[in-house]
Amino acid sequence: MIVEVKGVRKTYDNGVEALRDVDLSFPKGQLSTLLGPSGCGKTTLLKIIAGLIPKNGGEVLVNGKAVHGPGPERAFVFQDFALLPWADVLRNVGFGLELRGVERKKRDEVARKYIAEVGLKGFEHRYPAQLSGGMRQRVGLARALTVDADIILMDEPFSSVDEQTRRKFQEDLLDLLRHHQKTVIFVTHSIEEAAYLSDQIALLSPRPGRVSKIVRPAVDRSKSPDEIRRDRGYLDTVDEIWGILRQYV
Amino acid sequence: MRMLLSLVVWFVLWEIVGQMKFSSIVPPFSAVIEAGIEILPTEKFAKAAIISLRSFGLGMALALAIGIPLGVAMARVKGVGRLLGMWVNIFVSAPISALVPILMAVIGIGETTVVVTVFLFAVFVITLDTQVGITHADRSLVEMARSFGATRRQLYSKVLLLSALPEILAGVRLGAIRGVKGVVIGQLLVAIIGVGELFETYSNNFLMEEFWALVLIVFLFAFAVSEAIAYLERRVEYYAAAR
Amino acid sequence: MRGWQLASFALFFGLWELAGRWPVSAAFPPFSAAFLALVEMLRDGSLLKAYLITLQPLALGIVLCAVAGIGFGIGMGLSRSVEWLSLPIFIILQAAPMAAIIPLITYVYGIGLTSKVLAVIMLAAPVIVMNSYKGIRNTPPSLLQMCRSFQGTRRQEVMKIVLPHAAGLIFTGLRLGLAMGFIGIVIAELLITPTGIGDLITYNSSVADYPKMFAAIASIVALAASALYLLERLERRWFP
Repeated sequence: MIVEVKGVRKTYDNGVEALRDVDLSFPKGQLSTLLGPSGCGKTTLLKIIAGLIPKNGGEVLVNGKAVHGPGPERAFVFQDFALLPWADVLRNVGFGLELRGVERKKRDEVARKYIAEVGLKGFEHRYPAQLSGGMRQRVGLARALTVDADIILMDEPFSSVDEQTRRKFQEDLLDLLRHHQKTVIFVTHSIEEAAYLSDQIALLSPRPGRVSKIVRPAVDRSKSPDEIRRDRGYLDTVDEIWGILRQYV
Repeated sequence: MRMLLSLVVWFVLWEIVGQMKFSSIVPPFSAVIEAGIEILPTEKFAKAAIISLRSFGLGMALALAIGIPLGVAMARVKGVGRLLGMWVNIFVSAPISALVPILMAVIGIGETTVVVTVFLFAVFVITLDTQVGITHADRSLVEMARSFGATRRQLYSKVLLLSALPEILAGVRLGAIRGVKGVVIGQLLVAIIGVGELFETYSNNFLMEEFWALVLIVFLFAFAVSEAIAYLERRVEYYAAAR
Repeated sequence: MRGWQLASFALFFGLWELAGRWPVSAAFPPFSAAFLALVEMLRDGSLLKAYLITLQPLALGIVLCAVAGIGFGIGMGLSRSVEWLSLPIFIILQAAPMAAIIPLITYVYGIGLTSKVLAVIMLAAPVIVMNSYKGIRNTPPSLLQMCRSFQGTRRQEVMKIVLPHAAGLIFTGLRLGLAMGFIGIVIAELLITPTGIGDLITYNSSVADYPKMFAAIASIVALAASALYLLERLERRWFP
């Protein structure tokens, strides 16, 4: 287990209890998803694991050590992309390295590599305003990859793009992860997406957020993307999850 | 409003600086307050206030009566917007006080000049903001109203003006602030009426306590008017937030 | 757009010409007379001389304001305590009719350059400070979180995110500040002692040479409008 969450609690300033006694473990090298309806605290939990917001109780362990803030072993991919509008793609992708003081030549080199890997080769000198939503998120993902973190945290990364782009993105993400041994913690509200991508799904119930069930989709990932979406295991997983979540809607 | 507490710090500072007589033009804050309390009930002040408020009111009324319809016309009638747009934009940031000597030469030295000054100071920003508000009014609302057979009059009264209300109010607030500046500048240049005259008198006779008291009163008035309209703006904003 | 602009100019100057010929007031010359007067003032150099005098305190005041105002506005944006102390003051200063205080400056600083520079500063500073402040405060929280997620230090946050983002509003503040500066210098020259353009206006008014008076007034309005238009074009190009 590379990341462990033990007894985490969080209450917002306005008194709303967001998370109550959350216990979760995330296996190394696998893609785990936090899934649930809006208001269940999944993004809050992700940001607590990332060290971006403080918790009111419990602890988060990474590689056995407690963490209290952001760290080099965790990289975050934002829902609204969070790209610098005045910087081109090359600079945006290299921004994580820039903050670490890596010199220009080295960072550009690393950035170019990952820009190509996410499929944006040729767009190095475009600006975010010139890119579509899907392309902007690829920049965000490339940025997270350049810092070579073991754990990538993704906050509903595909929710701001259209359905077709989203599907392609999911396929490309799985492809990418096959080449890089990363642990991914993923937040989404889409059951299909969770079932398609995950090795492990933690279902969260809302108000206050708690883990209600952990599901391990029995999906045969050796098949082609389209075949997976018709795989028996995949469809059963989707039904099972919906059966649990519908009571919270 | 923690912010307001910092003003207390400034008043205390003012008091100290005044007591230490650092500068002949800065009397202690307490003396200014005293002077203010003294001049408020006097007949002289009342007369000046009435004249000034009258000019302000008339000028603003004119600015609203002409500015808002003009802004609407500029937004809805193609030619009008294109023809007048450039001039409105020029005069919104132009030094309008440069025009006051013209007013004095043509209209004469008196209240009318001040009223026209207030009008000129306020009207352009009101027109501009109204135009922006109407132009950006929710198109789907307009389509919806039309689909239910709204007449032109209903379109304006029930949809357009209400939809543009936040921007219009913002323009009116800025116009009111400029209007106060217009009264002061107009009266200072004309120099024989209203608070402008009082300012002249006080500063000429070196009555610094009275001078600063009057400054505070006028500043407070500008602030009060601005906040009153801002309050209206906030009331209107939350329903417009659904846009 | 060219066609409409020409029509717009033609309409304005045409109306002016007509209004001038209407026997309402002797003090209102038609456009043609004012235009000729302008040409004459350009030829005999009086207009140029006047502007050399007028633009000095304006330039000086704006430069001082820009340096100090932007610096202070940034300070207000970055420090809560500076904000707490200064924000109410600047909010009031923005709404306040500062012109009332201008005659007072002359008592302390006389009728020379200093007073006029101060008049420009008093009118331009609030808007420059407030815009710089707002530019800093309005940094998107998402970008700040992103920086933190990559363990950026506070210094990196300010230098690489907050300041570049604020640059747009700071420039807007400068543009609006220049507009206020023009207003300030005109008021100063009409209220304190007429020099430069103010002198041209009041002198010609007193000798009833209305075409020249109007020409002088039109010239400063035109100058202000052109300068601001240029800045707006630059702003749109640099900060889309």
